[in-house]
Amino acid sequence: MSRLRRINFSTFMLVLGLLFLYLPMFVLVVYSFNASKLVTVWAGFSTQWYGELFRDQQILSAVWTSLRIAFFAASMAVCLGTVAAFVMTRYGHFRGKTALSSMVTAPLVMPEVITGLSLLLLFVQMAQITGWPADRGMATIWIAHTTFCSAYVAVVVAARLREVDHSIEEAAMDLGSPPVKTFFSITLPIITPALAAGWLLAFTLSLDDLVIASFVSGPGANTLPMVVFSSVRMGVSPKINALATLIILIVSLATLLAWFFMRRNETRRKAALREA
Amino acid sequence: MKPSLSSALFKRMQLGRRAVIAFPLVWLTLFFLLPFALVLKISLSEAAIAIPPYGPLLEYADQTLHVFLNLGNYLFLLSDSLYIAAYWGSVKTAFIATLACLLLGYPMAYAMARAPARWQLLLLLLVMLPSWTSFLIRVYAWMGILSNSGLINNLLIGLGLIDSPLRMMNTQFAVTIGIVYAYLPFMVLPLYAHLTRLDNALLEAAADLGSRKLNTFIKVTLPLSMGGIIAGSMLVFIPAVGEFVIPELLGGPNTLMIGKVLWEEFFLNRDWPVASALAMVMLLLLLVPIVWFHRYQSRELAS
Repeated sequence: MSRLRRINFSTFMLVLGLLFLYLPMFVLVVYSFNASKLVTVWAGFSTQWYGELFRDQQILSAVWTSLRIAFFAASMAVCLGTVAAFVMTRYGHFRGKTALSSMVTAPLVMPEVITGLSLLLLFVQMAQITGWPADRGMATIWIAHTTFCSAYVAVVVAARLREVDHSIEEAAMDLGSPPVKTFFSITLPIITPALAAGWLLAFTLSLDDLVIASFVSGPGANTLPMVVFSSVRMGVSPKINALATLIILIVSLATLLAWFFMRRNETRRKAALREA
Repeated sequence: MKPSLSSALFKRMQLGRRAVIAFPLVWLTLFFLLPFALVLKISLSEAAIAIPPYGPLLEYADQTLHVFLNLGNYLFLLSDSLYIAAYWGSVKTAFIATLACLLLGYPMAYAMARAPARWQLLLLLLVMLPSWTSFLIRVYAWMGILSNSGLINNLLIGLGLIDSPLRMMNTQFAVTIGIVYAYLPFMVLPLYAHLTRLDNALLEAAADLGSRKLNTFIKVTLPLSMGGIIAGSMLVFIPAVGEFVIPELLGGPNTLMIGKVLWEEFFLNRDWPVASALAMVMLLLLLVPIVWFHRYQSRELAS
């Protein structure tokens, strides 16, 4: 009896927690189809806010800016984060290891206002000394995003590297394969799923960032969160609900796809284990 | 290194090894560590009407080097009760939100770890999915729910439970709920990772030896998931202390938080030195939690 009750309690909390997470998003989606401009009063079904969203040049160009920054920041963060993870898990002890591991974990929790302010001060100082960056904008946001995203990539990739059997790499090197070749032909193919996961995580983090981008951006480079924020500050707007619905739709589809592939791989792995 | 390698090859490999280490080390030193030194430097300089808006720390004049170290910005933070109230408000709000996240997140993670294996991945994705959408938009969702003409008030008035709308927007309550909502997935994830690794044999052994369920939970499950509790709590508490978006959108004039004050000093008052001093004090305040998180995280990375 007591066993049953306890299981029910945690399951009940799980359902409650999931409702808590999803109800507000559900409300956002429902009101994006509201005919009224008042977000809280239902006045019939309409898709007019989607039309207005796609006619909003400011939002469209911000989407394009954000996508470009996120693509390049995620790609660079994967290179940087993977090397950092590899060095920390495979290189044993070296000078600077403590410093490196601190600098990899600290960005995970650092308040954004501190990171944003400190990077802006760096860019201002660099511009005074070297003349670059003369204008802040996409390039400075790219550097800022690469830096904090690489920490997340490093954690994801390091987790995978620790799982992988080290002896395969050692065997290749014992047979005379140089380290670089071993890395590209043995290690990299094994950790590719982690690289993909890290890239996607970095991509969404970069797309989502408002605070750091606001500090290090200059005139002319407006990312999507910056445009959404200046609109949301004025109060609720059904156009933003429409945008939210599209974002939720895209993320849900991507997650569903990921779930499908992960489950298929799992089933295949189990089938292979049974045959062996 | 194996003795069969020639010394030239050995040297080349050492060089390559150093280059590989240098790549992330140099990038992070330049773009993560060095900026903090600059924040410290500018927090010690005087505000000036210039571009950039602060005075120099070192000046070479009359053939002597003048050093202007000025603690005025820090004294200023102490003299104005607004800043102390904002620090206190941030820590208090972040603490309450972290506790709420833990109380809600622990049973969630527990239920997920105990769920049938084929359900676990789906549940994990369901908990994480909101955090992959947009943070800003998830905070914005609460504006429509909590406002005076919002969903909850309309519902309660419609049911005849209240006559005039409850004031929920722009309150401490709204900020706390916003933080719990936004950060809950980051609490559940490490807790789940720890609870799912928990060896069932330990729980069975405890039960075989006559331990009651609650006793087993307190003496076995809870201590073994302590790493997850620390990681999850720090992942919520530290960013929540510096949170800007949530108090800006859901808070009001009475909900002072330091992240918002820093933003206003920087963007509205253009007082970079005071903003830098605010950041340094916040960093000092968070140093212990950050080191705690780091020690946990590096143990995870090493194991």
